[in-house]
Amino acid sequence: MKEIIKEENIVYKKSVVLTDKDTHYCPGCTHGVVHRIIAELIEEMGIQETTIGIAPVGCSVFAYDYIDIDWQEAAHGRAPALATAVKRLMPEKNVFSYQGDGDLAAIGTAETIHACNRGENIVMIFINNGIYGMTGGQMAPTTLEGMKASTCPMGREANHDGHPLKITELIAQLPGTCYVTRQAAHTPAAVRKTKKAIKKAFENQMQNKGTSFVEVVSTCNSGWKMTPAKANDWMVENMFPFYPLGDMKDE
Amino acid sequence: MKEVKLMKGNEAIAHAAIRCGTDGYFGYPITPQSEIMETLMAEQPWNSTGMVVLQAESEIASINMVYGGAGCGKRVMTSSSSPGVSLMQEGLTYMAGAELPCVVVNVVRGGPGLGTIQPAQSDYFQTVKGGGHGDYKLITLAPSSVQEMADFVEDAFDLAFKYRNPVMILSDGAIGQMMEKVELKPQKPRMTEEELIEKYGDWATTGKTKNRKRNIITSVELASEEMEQFNNKLQAKYKKVEENEVRYETFMCDDAEYLIVAYGSSARICQKSIQLARAKGIKVGLLRPITLFPFPSKPILELAQRVKGVLSVEMSAGQMVEDVRLAINGAVKVEHFGRLGGIIPSPGEVVTALESNFIGE
Repeated sequence: MKEIIKEENIVYKKSVVLTDKDTHYCPGCTHGVVHRIIAELIEEMGIQETTIGIAPVGCSVFAYDYIDIDWQEAAHGRAPALATAVKRLMPEKNVFSYQGDGDLAAIGTAETIHACNRGENIVMIFINNGIYGMTGGQMAPTTLEGMKASTCPMGREANHDGHPLKITELIAQLPGTCYVTRQAAHTPAAVRKTKKAIKKAFENQMQNKGTSFVEVVSTCNSGWKMTPAKANDWMVENMFPFYPLGDMKDE
Repeated sequence: MKEVKLMKGNEAIAHAAIRCGTDGYFGYPITPQSEIMETLMAEQPWNSTGMVVLQAESEIASINMVYGGAGCGKRVMTSSSSPGVSLMQEGLTYMAGAELPCVVVNVVRGGPGLGTIQPAQSDYFQTVKGGGHGDYKLITLAPSSVQEMADFVEDAFDLAFKYRNPVMILSDGAIGQMMEKVELKPQKPRMTEEELIEKYGDWATTGKTKNRKRNIITSVELASEEMEQFNNKLQAKYKKVEENEVRYETFMCDDAEYLIVAYGSSARICQKSIQLARAKGIKVGLLRPITLFPFPSKPILELAQRVKGVLSVEMSAGQMVEDVRLAINGAVKVEHFGRLGGIIPSPGEVVTALESNFIGE
């Protein structure tokens, strides 16, 4: 092994912007991948000293434990409000919020829509796994029709539980947003595309273009009660048709 | 040279905020305090001092903007009135939990619910007993004049940063709306980023530089033992506030046989009541708490031990009277007089309450 582990043979390294702390995420969870992407980008773009992250409530509440930058931990759904003030008061900094579906599309809908509509010059990263992971798999606003969750054990029924919310499509209509895209992180190719999207989002901020919004359609193996591989397949078959990948807006 | 102007209490808050070097104001309109944001918007301080002024989509958003700004070590504030301040309770408990400094002005109106837009003091419990969830306190200043509305903004910021804790200026619709002369302080510069990092760089999110660990503003701690330790630290801080920051004023207490305790608008009315009572031969004095937390318990007890009775006058059903009773602890009879729902008591009513509760016996 020693002969193989040489500097010239290394094709991939952990970003120095990722801390050494073991993550608390379940195996197969998308959060770890997206954290890695963000850390790599911060390193590659040389913005570790100027980036401030706003962490959500939910599974990624401890995002600040893993990415080595300054962070603020927001109350449930309020990350866009925090990001608004941080950016307005420190316009030279790079500010991003990192939020799940319950955070961004349920309790924080008002903050999300109004920050985007004001065109706050920030990056919003939205992890959509269609379920409340941290609290044990309850229905999210993005839970698909027919999809089972602990608060819709027979499957979501639109007549009773309401329709799944395409918040990203809503946001794309707002004039304050400059870039709205939906990506995934289930294959190496998808990971590369998501990284490119988040990079563009940060570049937009540096160019003062307005709000950039990157949704990452994700899995929750524990909440969905599937193996990681099965969850990925299920996502491709069921989530992607309702939440199609691609750019919705790029101005 | 002194600059004396005639203005509303709400306007005084706005001018004082600009002049004391506030970095940001985030708010949402509600009567009877909308002039605070209106004045700020009209003054356009972003052109003169660089101060950010932003109308948020709700009180929830505005207090969370305050959280974000405070997390960066900036001097940030908001203002609202009772129903709006109820919406801000989430943000306030988070800020107390994250030990963030900020100034919140509550120009109180009558409640509960949507209530009335007329002045009241019925948010006392909500302000000094926590308001949101968890064991925390807001340092609370209670102005009773337009001058104090102006002066307390800077005082509140100083206290907020000294203790890294939210500070509430608890005013009411009468003081917010009434016009008086006010002496404004000269313009102070806002803190530069270098000064801010020098002062607050050990905790504020100003960007993680190579010479320090990342700063994290948070209130989450899943381990109960550590959460208890943090709570003990908070309580020790509040004890220090109680030891060092009690502010109050007395009026005609030297020979008093009766004592009135009243703050804010009520205290102004009670000064007149005392003159009326003294004209009738009733020797009564006033203690006006300026800080409601920390409450001036010791001076109240000291005075109470020299009088025959104490009357707490407040525009509520009897909230501060509980703290007066705790302070006095049965040493002398304590009664409450108040009007509710936005009614300001008349000086004569207070005298009648004094007579019926104490003199007639």
